[in-house]
Amino acid sequence: MEEKKQHSKRGRKVAYAVVGIVLGCIFLFPIYILVLNSFKNTKGIFTDVIGFPNAATFTMENYPNAFEALEYVRSFMNSLIITVIATALILLISAMAAWVLVRYKTKTSKVIFLLFAASMLIPFQCVMLPLVGFASRIGIMNPTGLVFMYMGFGTSMAIVMFHGFIKNIPAELEEAATIDGCGSFRLFFLIVVPLMKTILVTVAVLNVMWIWNDYLLPSLIINKPGWQTLPLKTYLFFGQFAKRWDLASSGLIMCIIPIIIFYLFCQKYIVKGITDGAIK
Amino acid sequence: MTPALFSFTLIVLIPMLIGFFYAFTDWNGIVGSDMEFVGFQNFVDIFTRDDSFLHALGFTALFSVCAVVLVNLVGFFLAMLVTQKFRGATLLRGVFFMPNLIGGLLLGFTWQFIFVSIFEAVSKATGLKIFSGWLADPQTGFIGLLILTVWQLSGYMMIVYIAQIQQIPESVKEAASIDGASGWQMLKSIILPLMMPAFTIGLFLSISNSFKMFDQNLALTQGGPYKSTEMLALNIYNSAFGANEFGFAQAKAIVFMIIVAAIGVTQLVITKRREVEM
Repeated sequence: MEEKKQHSKRGRKVAYAVVGIVLGCIFLFPIYILVLNSFKNTKGIFTDVIGFPNAATFTMENYPNAFEALEYVRSFMNSLIITVIATALILLISAMAAWVLVRYKTKTSKVIFLLFAASMLIPFQCVMLPLVGFASRIGIMNPTGLVFMYMGFGTSMAIVMFHGFIKNIPAELEEAATIDGCGSFRLFFLIVVPLMKTILVTVAVLNVMWIWNDYLLPSLIINKPGWQTLPLKTYLFFGQFAKRWDLASSGLIMCIIPIIIFYLFCQKYIVKGITDGAIK
Repeated sequence: MTPALFSFTLIVLIPMLIGFFYAFTDWNGIVGSDMEFVGFQNFVDIFTRDDSFLHALGFTALFSVCAVVLVNLVGFFLAMLVTQKFRGATLLRGVFFMPNLIGGLLLGFTWQFIFVSIFEAVSKATGLKIFSGWLADPQTGFIGLLILTVWQLSGYMMIVYIAQIQQIPESVKEAASIDGASGWQMLKSIILPLMMPAFTIGLFLSISNSFKMFDQNLALTQGGPYKSTEMLALNIYNSAFGANEFGFAQAKAIVFMIIVAAIGVTQLVITKRREVEM
């Protein structure tokens, strides 16, 4: 009886593993097929899209060609700079705002907090057109303007998450520091920020994922040669090279790689970010 | 405090208010051009002159219902699977979640390649008509978008559900199994009720994600053929930047916001009520 139970337990484990592996393969299939075809020439993709590249169809040319067509270095740097600066500024202004909202409780602060929270329901499309009109009128259709817009859109979620976190930090420490003559700014940076480390990383990761992948807003604001980010360039690239899947597949792989690297480094925080973000 | 409020007001609140004003005009999007106040004409037009919005609404609604059901079922199943103890479970979590990190645009193009090239090759090799001509008609375009969405979002929902599954105390499950509960009874009477908070979130996120979908729609089908797979967000975008009817598009955007908010709030209220206190 005991032995039989042991046996069925092992059998079940094997069954789980098999189901898991099959599903895993299905999930990885699109990426696998892209990698495979990124090493074939056009003829190879046309004649045999599923098989391995052979002597006649294998090529290493696609990557350098796509690299050039995407202006990869420049687009990558544009994306990186915009993502990093916007994320840093969102963290800074939202953390300060959330701290003030928690610590100085008044009627106004409650209303402001609710305003931020409620605005998370507004779809981007609702703000998009007036924003574009307004931006072109005051002349901020440039990367600086874009970063400023990300600040506006990013603060709501960040403030709501920081607010929840700061609420659970006891105020005694800060009170003690104030008695010792610590001013607001020093209090915030020396006492509060170190305590917020985990939530800062979590919110940073969520913002990086959003801004790095964003297509629509940059396409409206900075769609000019020289300023284009990786998603913008990818879109143009597909317009230019429709049906050129040799270049397209290698281009896609090159755009996916940075995200995968980022994921491998920040896996823990990404999972935490989603879990925390979902609970809020 | 001030900088956050400043940028938020300038970028979200003011455009929001200006938007309400634009919705009642015939503005064509060109700065400095004349615009006339047209009252509720734009809102009337949505339901009379231009049937593309209503079509997009129907398409989006049908799509969202299917996507929400599938994404959450698959996500829940994946979460149950990877929380079992077997080798490689952690690695699998990573694999299932990975598509989520890739931007919607890249995903759309990737799947376009699969549907157009791979499916065609499969059709040729096997002679099965069903794999031929994908994305060229409304049905396969719809199913294509659905497959992409399930592939992208179920890993996200899996993470949400894993967090909740791990909060169910082992003791409760043990007690149930000592009392002789079968696997199915356990799932139905113990796990599912305790999972309700996660379903509230999972449903909310998947509804809002599928209703507001844009990048994937743009990259996979561009709304084609003949606008048949155009979703709401893309429809608004096209009437603004394709047809240059900014005022009209803004009116659509406001209707869109009301629909999204109404659905979101209704769902939250309904599922919140069913949550079990631990």
